[in-house]
This record gives sequence, structure tokens and C-alpha cells, in this order.
Amino acid sequence: MKLPLLDTESSRGFILRRTATTMASTEIARQAGEGARAVPLAGHVGFDSMPDQLVNKSVNHGFCFNILCVGETGLGKSTLMDTLFNTKFEGEPTQHNQPGVTLKSNTYELQESNVRLKLTVVNTVGFGDQINKEDSYKSIVEFIDAQFEAYLQEELKIKRTLHSYHDTRIHACLYFIAPTGHSLKSLDLVTMKKLDSKVNIIPIIAKSDAISKSELAKFKIKITSELVSNGVQIYQFPTDDESVAEINSTMNSHLPFAVVGSTEEVKIGNKMVKARQYPWGTVQVENENHCDFVKLREMLIRVNMEDLREQTHTRHYELYRRCKLEEMGFKDTDPDSKPFSLQETYEAKRNEFMGELQKKEEEMRQMFVQRVKEKEAELKEAEKELHEKFDRLKKLHQDEKKKLEDKRKSLDDELNMFKQKKTAAELLQNQAQQAGGSTTLKRDKERKN
Amino acid sequence: MIERPEAAVPSIAQRNLEGYVGFANLPNQVYRKSVKRGFEFTLMVVGESGLGKSTLINSLFLTDLYSKDYPGPSQRIKKTVQVEQSKVLIKEGGVQLTLTIVDTPGFGDAVDNSNCWQPVINYIDSKCEDFLNAESRVNRRSMPDNRVHCCLYFIAPSGHGLKPLDIEFMKRLHDKVNVIPLIAKADTLTPEECQLFKKQIMKEIQEHKIKIYEFPDTEDDEDNKLIRKIKEKMPLAVVGSNVVIEVNGKKVRGRQYPWGVAEVENGEHCDFTVLRNMLIRTHMQDLKDVTNNVHYENYRSKKLAAVTCNGVDTTKTKGQLTKSPLAQMEEERGDHVTKMKKMEAEMEQVFEMKVKEKKQKLKDSEAELERRHEMMKRNLEAQYKELEEKRRVYEDEKANWEAQQRILEQQKLDASKTMEKNKKKGKIF
Repeated sequence: MKLPLLDTESSRGFILRRTATTMASTEIARQAGEGARAVPLAGHVGFDSMPDQLVNKSVNHGFCFNILCVGETGLGKSTLMDTLFNTKFEGEPTQHNQPGVTLKSNTYELQESNVRLKLTVVNTVGFGDQINKEDSYKSIVEFIDAQFEAYLQEELKIKRTLHSYHDTRIHACLYFIAPTGHSLKSLDLVTMKKLDSKVNIIPIIAKSDAISKSELAKFKIKITSELVSNGVQIYQFPTDDESVAEINSTMNSHLPFAVVGSTEEVKIGNKMVKARQYPWGTVQVENENHCDFVKLREMLIRVNMEDLREQTHTRHYELYRRCKLEEMGFKDTDPDSKPFSLQETYEAKRNEFMGELQKKEEEMRQMFVQRVKEKEAELKEAEKELHEKFDRLKKLHQDEKKKLEDKRKSLDDELNMFKQKKTAAELLQNQAQQAGGSTTLKRDKERKN
Repeated sequence: MIERPEAAVPSIAQRNLEGYVGFANLPNQVYRKSVKRGFEFTLMVVGESGLGKSTLINSLFLTDLYSKDYPGPSQRIKKTVQVEQSKVLIKEGGVQLTLTIVDTPGFGDAVDNSNCWQPVINYIDSKCEDFLNAESRVNRRSMPDNRVHCCLYFIAPSGHGLKPLDIEFMKRLHDKVNVIPLIAKADTLTPEECQLFKKQIMKEIQEHKIKIYEFPDTEDDEDNKLIRKIKEKMPLAVVGSNVVIEVNGKKVRGRQYPWGVAEVENGEHCDFTVLRNMLIRTHMQDLKDVTNNVHYENYRSKKLAAVTCNGVDTTKTKGQLTKSPLAQMEEERGDHVTKMKKMEAEMEQVFEMKVKEKKQKLKDSEAELERRHEMMKRNLEAQYKELEEKRRVYEDEKANWEAQQRILEQQKLDASKTMEKNKKKGKIF
């Protein structure tokens, strides 16, 4: 794109270029109220090229858009994507026997005139196929949160490259409703309720060529009222910008869009158009009487793509970020309602963190000291017991020894006594013998005499 | 924390469109939204008093930023360097711009100008800090961007070269803000003098490795040619004027001299139009982008690194800069857990060993005592046996002797009995 050169338009005042609108009066009041005083210009300065400069930069940088398609297997999600973007995306039709819900995403580089778009299409595989569908929404919510988390992590890094970061956050979620003609399934309500605070939901009635026009009107009313009564917040096309307010509000009343997708072409008149051929007629995809496909394309791509991206960033992502930071213990103000500076917050966290680590270390040390003490006491007890045991044994031994001594002593005494007795007796004997001898001698003598 | 999932598909396929899709309208959508939001720009002017800073601002934006009701800083005499900001709201072609002009009266006016750049640096850093805090809040509403997007540095038209103050200032600020040096009051230099002056200045800038704002190359060759032409004219020599004079029937801004009129917007007289085109009409957005993506990110990473590394040598922590401070704390926590586990294992080991030692000692002393006790017991038993033996011997002996005695007694008795008998028989006399 060429740089805007010296402008020859010199009139002062307000020249409308392209679809530039005058600012809403509230906007002006807000700016002026911020301390900026309005001053008139004496000529053409040239900063009205700012939007062009910005646009140039965006075009050079390329755009990025991520769509999530949620719906049961067989509702024509892939076909609709192909039809919307007029190209053949990857993918084989999936079977109904998936054990759980998985999300598959593919990224494509598209270019239309000079605009490059990095489009990521995420498909839910196996949604609604299980017998127990209670956890169906979980993988979807996890996936969306994971994209937010990745962005948040990048944003929190010390050295970050947000400018060249490939944004994978989901900007729009097309929710495919089965064309039963009656009402929303409970799975639909549950899933949409879980997703409405995380992503822009655009509900669409899939394969709507199965419903007649009168049934369709009733179906749409039923769906809208069910969504409202269950408090499901679907994406509303913005009506605050004057240039698109009218078309957006009309379209809002046509929600949910009833679409038909087809990549096959049929000759109608002298043109080849995308259509589905039945024995009773041909459903033309781009015929506004036949289905709302054109409306969807207008709203999703041509008019509100940028708004979808902005909403994702300023509303859904901010909500996620706020919850996550609060979970991590961040606050904006301290108990005295003074605002924290980032440095203070991080320093406080770091101190807390270090304190925690030190406490853990201390605790472990203390535990060991305790154990050592206990074990020491135990061992001392054992030692004491051992000594006591051997003291007892020693005492026993002493007693035995004493008994032995006593016995020995008594034996010795007996022996002595015996000896004495013996010697006494022998002495007596000897005396007796002597006396007897002498008596015998006497007798003998007497005899002799 | 959840790891980056594989949603970022490694291979990006190219696809061709077979018909109208409509996203070529995206630029228009962006245009619409940006106009609705409005724009903001902060311009800082730095230079000694009397170099025509305020006049240049008025000329650039074709308005009386400083008027009788809002006198500019030049009207007031300052003793120290101040940093003053004025905010104005200007509208053109449906586009609204909130312009903040930051002036630095007193810069370079004192006799001792050491550190006169400090208030300027403090101001720039404080705006970055405000933005950092606003960006890091839990509840983020609006994030007003008051960061300084561009700094016009006014060089006095001496004709010789840069002054030491000029070099010092630009060296200190070139990695904090986009610096665009200008030759002020260029109508005091003839074209040849101006050329020489410019060459000299650029030479000195390169010598001192000062990084002034560089124009990015575009993909368009035509634009690149224009950009190269502008680059050759750097630094731009400007003239400003608040007065409109009539020249050849046209009303132009200029300065009236006895010898003619120096027209502000005449490309042959000065580079004012180049400056205006570059600053406002073509590169305003780029200045903001460079401020946001380069200077602010520099400030932010330095600030956060200081918080997490706590003054640790930065060469060691280069790898940590790819994480957020929190992720780093998590990693440190992980490291600490491993360290603790190891410590625990070690302490456990030592503990076990000591216990084993003690137990062994206890066992040994128990065994020793057992042994001794056994020995003593056996000793005692031996003694007992000995005693028993002795007793037995004694008993035997006693029994024998008693038996003998009994026999002797019996004999004696018998003898006495016989004697009695004999006596009775009269055999005894």
C-alpha cells in the first residue's frame, strides 16, 4: 500500500473518509474530562491518516482468526467450514465410535486480495457420541482454557514477544444444533452454558434443509427462548458502531442462523452455484430464501470478525486472566486499599515463597532432631536395661558365691569337728588300750603271781 | 500449570480460495474500530531554552498549544529542569487524537548541567512504570498509554558539531525512547553550512554509537526510495513560525526578514514538511509500535528480572528470562524440593548409620557381659563340684571311721561283757 503523501485537501473541519464516523459524544466527553482540552486546528495537519497507518501495519503483519466448531458427529461441520471459506480443508469424516471428545485443530494460510489470514479451525471429534455424555463439555472447556493459559504465560514472561506471538485463543465458537425441529437437547444447553463465559458462541441450526420454513420459524423461537430462560449468553452482533448498527441489529433477530453447507456445484440457469440436489428440487446455499448461509458469512467474516477478536481479548480472556491471577493470590490493593505496584507484588510473593521454603527446611530439620532424640532415649533405655540385667545377674552370682562359701565353711567346720572327734576318740582308744594293756599286764602279772 | 498445548499446529498449510469469502474486509473493520477508539500520542521536546521548541510544536500541529491562556514553559524561568506535560484533544477528518506534549524547560540552561537528563529519564521511566502496573493489575479496564512515543531533540545551530551535552543526553536516552534529533532555527544556516553540519552530526552520532530512530523498510520499492531520501536528510533542519505571512498572494507560515521570508513549509528552505510528514502522516503508528515493542519491553524485562533475580549476576540467569517470574518461582520450588529430598536422604542415611553403630556397640557389650557371666557361672559350678567331691570324700571317710568306731565299740562292749561274765564266773580277782 502506498504511503499517503502530502494531502491536498485543505479544508478544515470534518471530512468523512471511507466509513469513518464521528465520535460518539460520550467518547469526546470522556477524553476531554481526562484533562485534555480541545483545541481547534488552523489547517490540515495530517494525522487523519493514523487509521490508515494502523491498517497498513495490520495488513503487513497479517491477521489471525480461530474458529471452534462444536456439534455432534455428522452435522456437517467440516462441510460448512469448506463452504464458508471456499476451500477444501483437511479431514476425513469421523466415525461414531470415539470413546471421548477430542479436539483437532488445523491451521491454514488464506489470502484474499492483499489480506493474509491465518485461520485455525478446531473440530470437536466424538462430541455427543458417547452413551454417558456428562463429561463431553470438559475437553472443550479445557482446550479453550489451555489457549488462554498459553497466552497468559506468554504475557507474564520476563522476555516476551507478544508482537509475533501466534494467538491461538478461540475467537468464535459455532455451535451446531441438530435440526430436530423441536427444541434444544439437554447436552446442547449444558455445553453452551459452560462455554458462554469463555468464548463467543454463535449457535447455528445445521442441515437446515431438513426443516420446512414454518417449522423453522417455530424452531428458532423455541431455541431463543430456551437459551434466554437458561441464561445462556450467546454472542450479540455489536450495535454501538453507527455504520454497522443497523445491519447487526437486524441480523441479531435472525439468530440462530439456519445453514446448509455444500461443496458441490450445480448448474442453475447459466451459473454454477453451490447447492444440494434433491429429487424434489435444489437447495442453493447462497440463496437467502433457502437458508441463512449468506447472513452467517456476512456477520461472521465480513462485518464482525474484528469485533469477535476484540471481545475474545477484552472480555473472555480478561475474565480468565482475572480468575487465574486471583487464584494465584494476586490482589490489586493491600488491606489498606493502597494499590500495589507490580514490583511490590512480585517481591511480596517472592518473600512469601522464600519464607515457605525456609520453613519447610526448618520443619524437616526439626523432625530429624526429634527422631534423633527419641532414638537416643530408646537406646539409653535399652542400655540401662542391659546394665540392670547384668547387675541382677551379678548379684545372683554373689549370692551363689556366698552360699558356696558358707557351704564350704560348714564343711570345713564339720571336717574339723570330725578330725577332733577322731583324734579324741583315738586318744581315748590309745588310753584305753594302754589302760587295757596295763590291766592285761596287771592281770597277766596277777596271773603270774 | 497447563503446558502450551499442541493447538499451535507445526505445519501451516496454504489454501487457495475458490470464491468470495469476505475477510478482505478485515482492514475496513480494523479502520472502523480504530477511529471509534481514537488515538493517543505523546511527544517530548528537549533542548535548551530559546531553540524554538514551542513554536515548532505550534507549527507542526497548526494550533496554539501554548497561548495567552496557557502560557508555555518558555515564558516561565526555571531554576532546575522540569518536566511538564500538556494534553490537548484535536480532531481531523473524523479522527480524534489525544496529543500530549512533554516539555523540559530548564534543560541545559544551568551553569552545571550534570545530570540534567535525570528528570527526563525519570519521567519516561515513570510513564513506563505506570503502564506496567496498569498492565499487571488483576482487574484491567482501560490502559491509557501515556508512554513517551517520540523525543525530538533540538540541536543548537552552531554549525560545528554536537555539544558534549547533546551526546551525553542522546546516549542515555536512545534505548529508552525513540530519539529524533533536529537542527533548530535552521534559518541561521546557509544550505552548504547546513549540509556540512548534518554530515558532522551524523558522523558523531555514529562514532558514539547513538541509536536514533530508524525508519523501517517497507515492501514497496517506491516507498523505500522515499525513505532513503529522508534518511539522507537526517538530522532534519527545521524552522517554526506562529505567524502567517502573505507571499506572492499565498498565505504561508514563515519568518519575515528584511532580506526575505523563510517559509516554514517550503522544502527548499527547510525540512519542516519532511518532519511533519514523517512524524504525523506516515510514521506516527510506527513510533508507537517501536515504543511498545522495543523500548517498553526493554524496561519491563529489566524491571521484572530485577525482581526475580534479586541482583544475581545476569549472565547466569539468561535462561530464566524466558519465563514469567512466577514460572521461575515454580521452578525454584521444584529445585528446592529435589534439594530437600536429597538432604533428607542424606540425613536419613547418617541417622541410620549412627543408630546401627550404637546398636552394635550395645550388642557387643551385651555379648561381653554374657560371656563374663558364663565364665563366672562355670567357675562357680566347678567350685561347687569340687566342694561336693570333698564332701563326699569326707562323708565316706566319716562313714568308714564311724563304722570302725562302731566295731570297736562293739568289741569293747563284747570285751566288757566277757569280763563281766568272767568276773561273775570268778575268774577275775
